[in-house]
Amino acid sequence: MTTHVSKAPAYWSRDAIWPGIVAIGPMLPGTLAFGMAFGALCAQKNFTLAEVEVMMATVYGGLSQFVAVQAWPDALTPSSIAALALLTTTVNIRFFLMTASMRPWFGTLPPWQAYPPLLLVTDGGWLAAMRYREHGGANAWFYVAGAIVLYLVWLVSAIPGFLLAEQLADPKKFGVDIAMPAFFAALLVPAWKGPRRAIPWCVSGVVALTVHWLAPGYWFIIAGALSGAITAGLMDEPPHNAAHAGHRHD
Amino acid sequence: MTDMLRSDVMIAFAVMTAVTVASRLGGYFMMRYVEVTPRVRRMLDALPGSIIVAAALPVAVNGGPIVMVALAAAIAVSVLRRNDFLAVITGMLVAALARALGLPG
Repeated sequence: MTTHVSKAPAYWSRDAIWPGIVAIGPMLPGTLAFGMAFGALCAQKNFTLAEVEVMMATVYGGLSQFVAVQAWPDALTPSSIAALALLTTTVNIRFFLMTASMRPWFGTLPPWQAYPPLLLVTDGGWLAAMRYREHGGANAWFYVAGAIVLYLVWLVSAIPGFLLAEQLADPKKFGVDIAMPAFFAALLVPAWKGPRRAIPWCVSGVVALTVHWLAPGYWFIIAGALSGAITAGLMDEPPHNAAHAGHRHD
Repeated sequence: MTDMLRSDVMIAFAVMTAVTVASRLGGYFMMRYVEVTPRVRRMLDALPGSIIVAAALPVAVNGGPIVMVALAAAIAVSVLRRNDFLAVITGMLVAALARALGLPG
């Protein structure tokens, strides 16, 4: 994608509902498996099913829920709740960058239409929507339809896991831990636009690995992502892109 | 009934929800005050790939041989077939099979 092409402003048309759902289809097995594994973990940690569903519906961040429940304190005090909040923030602050990148697309919508869908931002839904946007798409339903389906599947997924907790004690047995990184890797392949576009990715990877190695917790995600974006900002515009920016739409 | 939804647990969930909602809405809100210059646009465009690599690479590198082979299989399927669904299923199957066979890693 060239950087100067101004894309169409967001609009709502039902044509994009089904394509939006199809685009997040690859996420569904992983979401289901991840939610089941999470339900099983919660059962082992003595949460009630009602509590699990409240968490699924409100926090709605798979990795952050997993990390928080694994680190759940024996006694909830103001300081242990603050620690949970900090943990959740380190895992979920990447959503900040994701919705920032949606402003050029959704920014033309009135706030009451733009903000509620952002509550459903997830890695997979956002990535699929960004790929659609990169190919020139502007229909807001594409993102919203996929986001709603992911949300509903996520809500349901914990129930069988919670009830089958004994069998799902080791989710790795079913390759659940591969689902998210495999989906990410699969999305990276079509995003490949030559080595120049990959320089920020390399910086992101090196920084993420270094931070992962040096610092505990999940700061590596935001550190790597920010480094990659800053790198892209510091790089000069490729000359051929500048020359053809007016009529390229890839 | 009070045992179904313990109040201290609900408070913890509410706090976790608050920071997550702030993350989700904050980035979009902030960009209202940031002019989208070509430089800012390049930064935003680089985000998807950068987030993918930052989130997945440490998992892959530290996951041991089975995780790496499974991810390599997923990438191979993605390159050959351009099918995300097949890629994810292949990755999960490779890992599940390798573990069922008791391979190390």
